[in-house]
Amino acid sequence: MTPARERCQARTRKGERCRNPAGPGGLCARHRRQLEEAAAAPEGGAPGVHTPPAEPPDDPDLGPLGPVVDWVEEALEFLGRRVLGEYEVDEFGHDPDLVEHVLAPLLRPLYRHWWRVETLGLEHVPDSGPALVVGNHAGTLPFDALMVALALLDEHPAHRSLRMLAADLAFNLPVVAPLARKSGNTLACAEDATRLLEAGELVGVWPEGYKGLGKPYRERYRLQRFGRGGFVEVALRTGAPIVPVAVVGSEEIYPMLANLRRLARLLGFPYFPVTPTFPALGPLGAIPLPSKWLIEFCPPIETAQLGPEAVLDPMVLFDLTDQVRDTIQQAVHKNLLARGSVFG
Amino acid sequence: MGRRVLVTGAARTTGRRLVGALAEEPEVERVVAVDDLEPGEPFPDKVEHLAVDLRSPALVRTVQSAGIDTCVHLGVTAEPRAAGGRVTMKERNVLGTMQLLAAAYHAPDLRRLVLKSTTAVYGSAAGDPAVWTESMSHDTPRHGFGKDAIEVEDYVRSFHRRRPDVAVTVLRLANQVGPTVDNPLTRYFELPVCPTVLGFDPRLQFLHEEDTAEVLLRTILGPAPAGTFNVAGDGVVLLSQAIRIAGKPPLPIPEPLVNRVAEVVGRTVDFSPEQVRFLQYGRVADTSAAADQLGFIPKWSSLHAFEDFAATRLRKLVTEEQVTRAEHEVLGLLRRTAAWVARELPR
Repeated sequence: MTPARERCQARTRKGERCRNPAGPGGLCARHRRQLEEAAAAPEGGAPGVHTPPAEPPDDPDLGPLGPVVDWVEEALEFLGRRVLGEYEVDEFGHDPDLVEHVLAPLLRPLYRHWWRVETLGLEHVPDSGPALVVGNHAGTLPFDALMVALALLDEHPAHRSLRMLAADLAFNLPVVAPLARKSGNTLACAEDATRLLEAGELVGVWPEGYKGLGKPYRERYRLQRFGRGGFVEVALRTGAPIVPVAVVGSEEIYPMLANLRRLARLLGFPYFPVTPTFPALGPLGAIPLPSKWLIEFCPPIETAQLGPEAVLDPMVLFDLTDQVRDTIQQAVHKNLLARGSVFG
Repeated sequence: MGRRVLVTGAARTTGRRLVGALAEEPEVERVVAVDDLEPGEPFPDKVEHLAVDLRSPALVRTVQSAGIDTCVHLGVTAEPRAAGGRVTMKERNVLGTMQLLAAAYHAPDLRRLVLKSTTAVYGSAAGDPAVWTESMSHDTPRHGFGKDAIEVEDYVRSFHRRRPDVAVTVLRLANQVGPTVDNPLTRYFELPVCPTVLGFDPRLQFLHEEDTAEVLLRTILGPAPAGTFNVAGDGVVLLSQAIRIAGKPPLPIPEPLVNRVAEVVGRTVDFSPEQVRFLQYGRVADTSAAADQLGFIPKWSSLHAFEDFAATRLRKLVTEEQVTRAEHEVLGLLRRTAAWVARELPR
C-alpha cells in the first residue's frame, strides 16, 4: 500500500532506480544537476546515469533477510539525501521526501491498527486539479486532519497530498511549525488557500477550528459554527469544487471532560483539556483511546457554475456554508449509527 | 546620444559588477559611479568615480548638470556596523535617498529611476502568508533595514508622483549569494557552526549575483516597465537544507536565549535583529510579476544559487563521496551477512 509517487527517472550509482521524488523533467535535484553538468562538459558520461562502480554485482539470493536489506538501503539513501541537503521543497515548504519516508510511516500504525480507519467515497475526490476538502474537527489534537490526509495519500488512487490550512498557533510553536510546513500545511488565510487551489492542489480546511477541536465530550458529533465561511469565498473565487468530509471516531480519542481555561490562557493555548487519563496519568494520558474510525468523503458541491462574482452576494455564501455543514452533519449521524460501538 | 547612467553605492560588490557591465554596453556613453568608498579594483575608463557621500552638494551638481538620464540607487545598506552604527546607517539610507531624490527632482534629462530594494520590506513573522506578492499589504517592519527600505521605497514612490515623466522601477531583491558576495547572510554561512532557532526551519530564497547584475542591467537598458517587482531565484531552500549543503553543523539555540547569542554572533557577521527573525520565520516572495512584465527569469534557482555559493566559498564537513562510501560499506556488509545467512540457514 506504499504510494506510487512520481520517481526520478535516472539510475543511482548502484545502477538502481533513483528513489528521489521527481521534480521538473522527471528528475530529482541531484540528477538534474548532473544532467546539466554533463551537458556543459561534452566528454562527460551518459547524462543522468552514474558509471557503475566496481562493486560486486548484487547477490541474487539474499534469503530471508532480502527485505531487510532493501529497507536498509532505502533508509540509507534517504539519510544520505538528508545529510547532503539533496531534496526539494515547494514554495510552501512541502517536503514529500520527508513525508513519505518519515512522517507517513509514523502515522500509518495509528491509522491501520490503532483506529482501524475505514474510508468511504474516495471516488468523490478528483484525481487531479483543485478541490477544497472541508471536514468536521474534533478530538483535542488535530489527529482527524492527519488521518484524512493519510487516507488521501495512501488509499486514493492518485495518492494525493492534502494541503491543509492550519491555525496560526501551529506556525508559532517550535518543532511543530517546521513539521506543519514540511507535511504540506500552510497558514489558514485566503491568500495561501487561493494560491494552492490555483496551483491545482487539494486543499483541506476545518472551519470549526478550535471551537470544534476543544469542545467538551458531551457535545460530541455536534458541529460548531463554521467560522465566517471564508473557505466558501476561496472556493467561489477559484471555482474549485467543495468535497465535504465527515470523520467519525475522532471525538472519542481524548474525551474532554473539562477545560482549564486559566491554565490555557497562561500557557497561550486555546484550551487545556482534562480527559479521563490526562493529566492524571501524566505522559501516559497523552495516549489516545483506540476508537473505531470511519471517514466518508461526500459528493462534491460544485462552485464553478456560480462564477467568481457570487462572492459579493452574502446570501450565496451563507447558503453554501450551511449546505456544506449540513452535508457533513448528516454523514456524521449516518456513520455513527453504522459504526455501532465506539471501539468497533 | 548614448545613455548616461549614475549609480550610487557603486563600490560594493553589486555596484562594482553593474558598473563594469554598464561600461561594456555600447549604448552607454557615460557612467558616474557614486560611492565614498574606494572600489576593490579600479573602475573601467568610461566610468567617473565620484567619491562623495550621498549627502554631498557635489552630487547635486552632477545629477543635474551631466545630462544623466538614468539614476540607479543601490546605496541602501543592511550592515549597521560597516555603515558606522545603526544611527549612521539609517541616516545614510534614508537621508541619503532624500538628498538624491531632491537632486533628481531638478534633473532635466532624467527619464528613469531604478531602486534596489529588498524583500525584507515584508518582514518575517509566523502569521505571514506563505508567499508574498508585491501588492499584499504587510505589517511594516518596525526597525532595522526593512524599515529603512520601506521608507526609501515611500520616498521613491512620492518622487514618482512629483515627476511622472520619470519611469520608476523598484526591485525587491531576495538575499544575494554567489562566489563574490559578502553580506551578513554569506558571513553567517561561513561561520564554523550555524546557530539556528531551536525548532524552527524557515524557508529562504536566494538570488545569484549574476542574476542581480542581469536584472539591474535589463531594467536600466530594457523597455523599462515602471512598478515594483520581487526578484528571487525559483523555488525555496530550507535553512536546515542550506546548512547541510554548506556542510556546517547547525547549533540550535532555544528561543529565550536567541537574542543573547545573536548579540555575540552579530558582532562577527554584522547581524541585526530582523535578520534573526528572518532565520526563525523566513520569507518567500512571488516572482511571477518580474517574469511577466519585466521578462526576467533568473538563470539560477534558489537551490542552485546557494549550491554555487557553497561550492565556491565553503569547505564541506561531509562530502558526497564520504556519504556514498559509507552507504556502500554498510550495504556491502549487510548483503554479505544476508547472503551468508541464506546459505547457512538451511543446513
